[in-house]
Amino acid sequence: MNGGGGGAAPVVRLSGVGLRYGATQALAGIDLDIPAGRMVGLIGPDGVGKSSLMSLVAGARAVQQGRVEVLGGDMAERRHREASCPHIAYMPQGLGKNLYPTLSVEENLQFFGRLFGHDAAERRRRIDDLTRATGLYPFLARPAGKLSGGMKQKLGLCCALIHDPELLILDEPTTGVDPLARSQFWALIARIRRGRPGMSVIVATAYMDEAERFDWLVAMNAGRVLATGTPRELHARTGTDNLEAAFIALLPEEARRGHRAVEVPPLADEADAQIAIEARGLTMRFGDFTAVDQVSFRIRRGEIFGFLGSNGCGKSTTMKMLTGLLPASEGEAWLFGHKVDARDIDTRRRVGYMSQAFSLYSELTVRQNLVLHARLFNVAVADIDARVAEMSARFSLDAVLDSLPDQLPLGVRQRLSLAVAMVHKPELLILDEPTSGVDPVARDNFWRLMIDLARKDHVTIFISTHFMNEAERCDRISLMHAGRVLVSESPAELVRQRGAESLEAAFIAYLEEAGAQGEQAAEPADEAAPPVAEPAPESARRPAAFSPARALSYSQREAMELMRDPVRGTLALLGSLILLLIMGFGITLDVENLDFAVLDRDQSTLSQNYVLNLAGSRYFTERAPIADYADMDRRMRAGELSLALEIPPGFGRDLLRGQPVQIAAWIDGAMPQRAETAQGYVAGMHQTWLADMARIRLGAEAGAGAASIETRYRYNPDVRSLPAIVPAVIPLLLLMIPAMLTALAVVREKELGSILNLYVTPVTRAEFLIGKQLPYVALGMLNFLLMVVLAVVLFGVPVKGDFLSLALATLIYVLFATGFGLFASTFTRSQIAAMFVAILGTMLPAVQFAGLLNPVSSLEGMGRAIGEIHPASHMLTISRGVFTKALALPDLHGAFWAMALAVPVIIGLSIALLRKQER
Amino acid sequence: MKSRSLANIYRLGVKELWSLWRDPMMLALIVYTFTLAIYSAATAMPETLHNASIAVVDEDVSPLSARVVSAFYPPHFTRPQMLELPEVDPGMDEGRYTFVLNIPPDFQRDVLAGRSPAIQLNVDATRMSQAFTGAGYIQQIVLGEVNEFVQRHRGSAAPPVDLNLRARFNPGLTRAWFGSLMEIINQVTLLSIILTGAALIREREHGTIEHLLVMPVTPAEIMLAKVWSMGLVVLCATAFSLKTVVEGVLQVPIEGSIALFLGCAMLHLFATTSMGIFMATLARSMPQFGLLMLLVLLPLQMLSGGTTPRESMPELAQHIMLAAPTTHFVSASQAILYRGAGLDVVWPQCLAILAIGAVFFSVALARFRKTISQMA
Repeated sequence: MNGGGGGAAPVVRLSGVGLRYGATQALAGIDLDIPAGRMVGLIGPDGVGKSSLMSLVAGARAVQQGRVEVLGGDMAERRHREASCPHIAYMPQGLGKNLYPTLSVEENLQFFGRLFGHDAAERRRRIDDLTRATGLYPFLARPAGKLSGGMKQKLGLCCALIHDPELLILDEPTTGVDPLARSQFWALIARIRRGRPGMSVIVATAYMDEAERFDWLVAMNAGRVLATGTPRELHARTGTDNLEAAFIALLPEEARRGHRAVEVPPLADEADAQIAIEARGLTMRFGDFTAVDQVSFRIRRGEIFGFLGSNGCGKSTTMKMLTGLLPASEGEAWLFGHKVDARDIDTRRRVGYMSQAFSLYSELTVRQNLVLHARLFNVAVADIDARVAEMSARFSLDAVLDSLPDQLPLGVRQRLSLAVAMVHKPELLILDEPTSGVDPVARDNFWRLMIDLARKDHVTIFISTHFMNEAERCDRISLMHAGRVLVSESPAELVRQRGAESLEAAFIAYLEEAGAQGEQAAEPADEAAPPVAEPAPESARRPAAFSPARALSYSQREAMELMRDPVRGTLALLGSLILLLIMGFGITLDVENLDFAVLDRDQSTLSQNYVLNLAGSRYFTERAPIADYADMDRRMRAGELSLALEIPPGFGRDLLRGQPVQIAAWIDGAMPQRAETAQGYVAGMHQTWLADMARIRLGAEAGAGAASIETRYRYNPDVRSLPAIVPAVIPLLLLMIPAMLTALAVVREKELGSILNLYVTPVTRAEFLIGKQLPYVALGMLNFLLMVVLAVVLFGVPVKGDFLSLALATLIYVLFATGFGLFASTFTRSQIAAMFVAILGTMLPAVQFAGLLNPVSSLEGMGRAIGEIHPASHMLTISRGVFTKALALPDLHGAFWAMALAVPVIIGLSIALLRKQER
Repeated sequence: MKSRSLANIYRLGVKELWSLWRDPMMLALIVYTFTLAIYSAATAMPETLHNASIAVVDEDVSPLSARVVSAFYPPHFTRPQMLELPEVDPGMDEGRYTFVLNIPPDFQRDVLAGRSPAIQLNVDATRMSQAFTGAGYIQQIVLGEVNEFVQRHRGSAAPPVDLNLRARFNPGLTRAWFGSLMEIINQVTLLSIILTGAALIREREHGTIEHLLVMPVTPAEIMLAKVWSMGLVVLCATAFSLKTVVEGVLQVPIEGSIALFLGCAMLHLFATTSMGIFMATLARSMPQFGLLMLLVLLPLQMLSGGTTPRESMPELAQHIMLAAPTTHFVSASQAILYRGAGLDVVWPQCLAILAIGAVFFSVALARFRKTISQMA
């Protein structure tokens, strides 16, 4: 039963678990019992399935194959997942990935507290306890995005611990964190575990020295478990004295082949060595924040120079200044004796740069990436194939040349990045944390390559890292903290100067001296009270089907994020007003000032009288007379004339004689609607003229016809465009803008990773979506009020009917519009796609099919069908009804109910399409 | 140096094409916008006066009134709905009928007696597009019926002057001709802005553009690569759509030179893709870009002359819209496609588009490096 060899029943039991992503087998045949109440480590290279395994255990990913039992139940069952997720805490890989960067520490914690149903007092107590214990208490008001890497991880931990989990899952919590923060993090975990001895902790880590301290380890490779046991058992089994060696010994033969310890031949000491990089007093300020403060150094040609420091201490910024990506606020830098200049193309050709994140084109294959870069770096065409072959051999990329980078494990992608940075044989490599998140074997291989480059090819390497064993391999290192360089020396010299036992200890000593502990001022003594473990309130134990509190906590968070990005809110509000203004005045269906000209072959008084009749109206403007048919043809083709008339010779004479005469008229039919209206005008004016002529000749009597028609233009007696258009543009804008806002709100969480909180907290899909929707509904209503004010005050289009009815209908309508945005973002993965769907799904129906210009009843085919059911057409009817026809809801209930029906449909669809687990 | 630059532009452009090719969602959306979206927009457009909903209150119930009622039939009008007087107001309030004709009692008797009685026509004037034309049609139809009826009883003279009115370039005033081509123009603008602008924001968020900037490549090369590659995609889609959807499925006869139209489209794409890049340098994140795009696209679509005639707009709107490339493109395409105009006619528009494009391109270029490196 107890494969792990603990006393208690296992907290996690996996049998026959497998997982595939497309063609990639991430996990295969995993059978594993993880003992309860222990600190369990998952170790192994990148891309072997550690993270996949953890997300399965946390319930964030759907089980595909096998059985995953956590806390005594099957994670494939929804009911068990819902019941157990309040007892599991999951902190995903990546610094602060599930946090909200624009929200403060306090607000992040409040949000998570609310999700788990704690009341205000309870939240206050827990937040104070946790932040005091982690030293975050003085920073409660700071936005999460502005915390250092270590502090972000502590905040992530606080968020995970706020609901007293029984199982804590941490995916590489200390990757990218400086040594001091790392040691503090583990001390914190140890303290928390002392306070909650029953809690099980599962940690994935790339640091073998950390894993040594865990209770029990699972070594993984290629989607399978290699070995399990305590660190001591693993040492014993492999006959090694450290885990790093033990792990390598556990690997199957072919994976181990080629691995040997990294040796660094000393740098030849040439007094006259050329200086590759020189920086003097480099400073970078962003607003009032100084990211880099007076940094100076000199790097010799062929030297490996290391930059050491925590995340956010200014390493990357310094490197960007050297590459010319960021112009320095102060100070100067030289590469190969040339001043750094963003426009200096020639110097760029001598430099290879590898940024922190993988920044190659994931849509291009490995080979295409290499070839593209070779070409851009001006490698001679004849040499390209050879160079690409050389790189792929040197960086062992032969097997993956035709794969897309996304399908490759991180370690291989890093090799590709380096290969790309090297393809043009640069003399200087600037590498920003190239090995972050890469496993030990791959890291060693990587370093061997670099040492080779530096020593054999005399390439200067400027590298940043937070691995101490890597720093030890550099010729010299600079310790950076808070934008300043603390010290630059060779690693051995640093250890000697501090009298420390290791580089790590020396580094921590330097950091402490530099005041890094300032951030940790509230660090309590070890015996300080750990967060109190009290039973969570009952509401959190049994998740309700729909909890308004949880939905509201999402609303509140969304509203806060909206407020932190004032540009977005302002664009939405101001933008709609501007659009209403432009379109209200601009769209006009009155056809006026049509240009016309006459080919008058008669030139009699009567023919001139006929022309005057036309020219005198406001609908037509006369242009220079037409000379001949060719002139007419040319001017009509150019669009100069909308109407051309030809009056035949003898027109006046024949008319007076009572002989039939014919006037020819041509209308520009290119724009059918305008042509039709113009046709009507011409025919009408012709009739009037005839009637006038008859009256003059025969007296008034003959003018009267057999019958007459009295036309009453209702609702808009002057038939002006404004009262017809303004009430129609408002629904148009209220559809498009809220939909665009919500569409990006959800898919953005997908792209940035915080969607995980939906997967692993008790929040349901309905709570998530509706919670997110509410702030945008409020924004939409505010928008509506502003637009109505504008319509009344500026356009002078009064609301003749019942305003409350209009407001109520608008509320329903905005619910639909925001719902549509949510719908667009449930099935798309990228922001561009969601944006595209939102535009296509709203613009065409609203502009063409809803009856803005042509009534729905006159449309045909698909457009008619869309127009009949789309809420935009119903809202248009209601809006026009209330604005111009002085109506209220009872008169418009048909349109109202048809629209109201669409709301549950669209929200229901969104909920059905949204996934509560990753697949 | 020049050839290096050209080579870089070419390489980077090919890279853009690969990126698009490996994004099935975008490809699907492009196909949709240039086929189904155009088809549905074109076919939905009502033909002249189409299916105008009409109701009649017949208080006369005479042979003449029956004759009048039976004169309304599809496709111009729906079959008339017969109403009682009290049903008129609610029906019009709910927007069920655009026109309601009220034939008074003793209508036929009064007509024959030469008392020239009046029929009342109620028009829902909030439906601007049908109100005027429809009222004109109804007037003609009713009076025609009445006159014919009277003629059988009395006989009457033909009008002395005949107006021979013809529509040129689109004799049937088929709206699908107009709608399909204008929809293509809308999609060209929409796609070219999304493909360059949104893609640039995404590259910025993923850090790949930063990577390019440290290579021996200038911002102008990066931008030109985007302009030519995405322009090419949209241009091919346009040509395809014009040939298969518009000429093939919708059977729209195209009078002018398609090559000249595509040439203009090329200039237009240069302007809109530059606009997309320019907007991407203004917005700091995708949500901001999305809103900005709406703000720009809607007026471009509604006010550039593709939806309603430009000359009827207020002067101010006309002047402002002169700064938009679509205004010139719409006017050039209408001239080429409908009226068969040649380069001798449309060159001023072409020049205008080119100038606008050049301005957007150079402003975007000036902002490019600065804004890209200061990503939010």
